[in-house]
Amino acid sequence: MRLIRLWPENSHFDFMRLRRFSFPLSAIISILAVIMLSTVGLNFGIDFKGGTLMELQSKTGQVDVGAVRQTAEGFGFGEVEVQEFGNAGGVSLRFPIQSGGEAAQSAVVQKARDTFGSQFDFQRVETVGPRVSNELVQSGTIGIVLSVLAVLLYLWFRFERELAIASIIGTMHDIVLTVGFFVITRHEFNMTSIAAILTIVGYSLNETVVVFDRTRELMRRYKTMPTEELLNLSINHTMSRTIMTAVTTALSLLALVLFGGRAIEGFAQVMLYGVVICTYSAICISSPMLIYIGLRSSEAAKVPEGKVAAAE
Amino acid sequence: MLRYSRSKIIATMAIIVIGLLLAVPSMMSREQREAFRSSLPSWVPSWVIPSRAIVLGLDLQGGSHVLLEVDVPDLLRTQTTQLRDDIRRVLRETRVAPQGGIQLTQRGAQIRVPDAADRERILPKLRELSQPIGNAVIGQSGNRDILVDTTPDGLITLTYTEAGVNEKVRRAVDQAIEVLRRRVDALGTTEPNIQRQGVDRILVQVPGLQDPQRLKEILGRTAKLEFRLLGQQGAADVDMLPSKDAGGQRVPVERQVIVEGGDLVDAQPAFDSRTNEPIVNFRFNIRGAQRFGQATTENIGRPLAIVLDNEVISAPTIQSAITGGAGQISGRFSVQQANDLAVLLRAGALPAKLTIVEERTVGPGLGQDSIQAGKMATYVATIFVVIFMFATYGIFGLIANIALLVHVGLIFGLMSVLEATLTLPGIAGIVLTIGTAVDSNVLIYERIREEVRSGRSIVSGVQAGFERAFATIVDSNSTMAIAALILFFLGSGPVRGFAVVFLLGILTTVITAVTLTRMMIALWYKWMRPKVLPF
Repeated sequence: MRLIRLWPENSHFDFMRLRRFSFPLSAIISILAVIMLSTVGLNFGIDFKGGTLMELQSKTGQVDVGAVRQTAEGFGFGEVEVQEFGNAGGVSLRFPIQSGGEAAQSAVVQKARDTFGSQFDFQRVETVGPRVSNELVQSGTIGIVLSVLAVLLYLWFRFERELAIASIIGTMHDIVLTVGFFVITRHEFNMTSIAAILTIVGYSLNETVVVFDRTRELMRRYKTMPTEELLNLSINHTMSRTIMTAVTTALSLLALVLFGGRAIEGFAQVMLYGVVICTYSAICISSPMLIYIGLRSSEAAKVPEGKVAAAE
Repeated sequence: MLRYSRSKIIATMAIIVIGLLLAVPSMMSREQREAFRSSLPSWVPSWVIPSRAIVLGLDLQGGSHVLLEVDVPDLLRTQTTQLRDDIRRVLRETRVAPQGGIQLTQRGAQIRVPDAADRERILPKLRELSQPIGNAVIGQSGNRDILVDTTPDGLITLTYTEAGVNEKVRRAVDQAIEVLRRRVDALGTTEPNIQRQGVDRILVQVPGLQDPQRLKEILGRTAKLEFRLLGQQGAADVDMLPSKDAGGQRVPVERQVIVEGGDLVDAQPAFDSRTNEPIVNFRFNIRGAQRFGQATTENIGRPLAIVLDNEVISAPTIQSAITGGAGQISGRFSVQQANDLAVLLRAGALPAKLTIVEERTVGPGLGQDSIQAGKMATYVATIFVVIFMFATYGIFGLIANIALLVHVGLIFGLMSVLEATLTLPGIAGIVLTIGTAVDSNVLIYERIREEVRSGRSIVSGVQAGFERAFATIVDSNSTMAIAALILFFLGSGPVRGFAVVFLLGILTTVITAVTLTRMMIALWYKWMRPKVLPF
């Protein structure tokens, strides 16, 4: 049987040359992402913004979205976002948070049930009051900050300073580009999105660690090899594995996008994008970054003997 | 390393088989589990049969998640009103008349007693109102709930301390949980979960509810019932309360409460025999019956207001003295309203107003759809990955695939033992680990390939591959574990379900990808004695 090979054996591709394109490209996209984040902003879901989300399913399988919108806007609960989903009369309504504190929110649901209850089934109702949404914003922010700190701590113990700096740059790059993805696609940003970002942080780090493990190993074997050549060799060695893992992960995420249902689709799309970005950044951002940071400038070259023995 | 003793193989297999068996109860419905257990002969001890199963999250099962918060200002209002009554009693007992009466502040009360001798007399009595805070287990903390303070010009202030307020809130939450449990139980749903969250919050989770709106109504009502006489408009001791009878118009009701809901021993929905209108029949305890009897005897001909949560629901005129301790409440109820009112009265009033700060309800149909979609995605992802691994690594791919299936089985097994909650994001986590679990196999195989290419024999290549890849496997899994751990501690509900699955996946991947794969490759080598690497 002929087996698939996604990457040739004994490859000698010059990955470091890619940095001429990848560095400016990533720089521009990152800056754009930050600018868009501050101008357009994220499409915050009710987790963070507060408000009421309802998903209705028409009992007849037919829905006149325009009529639903008109009726909902007539409630006087502020700007309503009405969207059709699925193919058999599903419609979602999102109401903004109501002024007047926690108790004011439930009036929205009551009114909607009274009005639409006869023609629609209420499949999902979520109401988040101002206090809870503030707390969720807090824990979401803490989550991201904490994960970056934890990653820093891990890298500090695990790697020499140069490698640690390069991989944290890669991870930050991936976070910025993922946030940019949320801004551009207008995907709802909620607690699940935080989960997606943290998972992407884990995956990003994973990719860098695999390459850098090899870099360090080769560094000890070829003590005089120039940095650029060493990094190219590391990536060529690990490329087969990188592609394999990216493909298997992407395949399972693809299954989620295609069959996982509406509620999980967004998460899977972001993760799928994340896998591509993380693979790209490990090869084209973190690794070439070491050419500028300098690989053998400090203790990287003089690792204690015991550690070398353990690695080999 | 490619030599495995028989006992080692058996031990590994045993662990895996037990792990997989643990997942079996989760594959069965509750009825099937019980039927299976009762079909076994009686000499089989029950602990041999795994019985713990995965709990489905509310997002998959359908149901309501409601987070309630004690309205602290409302609680303080009740507390300060009570404090006023206590102070009034002390003043009466000591025959001290304060200048300008008792003033209520936001967190306490104050009185002005200019006469120093009066002050000396009253202060110790007032200090007695202050209770030490603490409990039987950890002992007294030395704090008191009320701070009594005086100024030289005779102003005495009683203020609830921070610790005092917290204590009241804590106790209110405890009481409220009891009341809510009685109320939710009356709805007749299975396995509601009611628990304290943080200092001042209560989480109520009720699976599989048909009418979540009714749940909210039942949870949110304070249900404070009072019997008070209607008063004269403009009189000193009356409150103007909205009346249901008069279409929301305000009517004067005397402040003096005759009997409270706390004196009820029973309440049942019924129908009025004359009008056939839904009503609620109730009975008082002895104290309530006495007071009610006395009040009705003295006030024949006057309207008696039945006040629920500061709304007059009806105000019938007292026709004759009611001394039997039983009565009825009518108020143009629907059948359901009468039912709910009876439930609320039986369960008792909440110690303070509760506000709904978060609600998440999923209909049973949507939950079922999500399960179906999740299953489908899991199968498809497995098929994708299995085909791809086999096409790339041949027989080694097959070994990785067996390890993958065991890996997924073990996640379910561990989740069953832990009785972990499977949520929709949790299903996404399972699908995601299907993709990432083979990463360890890929790392090992690629390393083996390199080692063999650089001139090693198969045996030594496999050995070196496993050893060298192991450090990287640990590394790459710990990076993922960092993210998952943070998520576990920060997230709640569905997101936490994702973190649990992900963490367990990382744990089992190390068992299956390293130990199991290695053993299978060793056996394969023993049987086939290959000369070249098959991929």
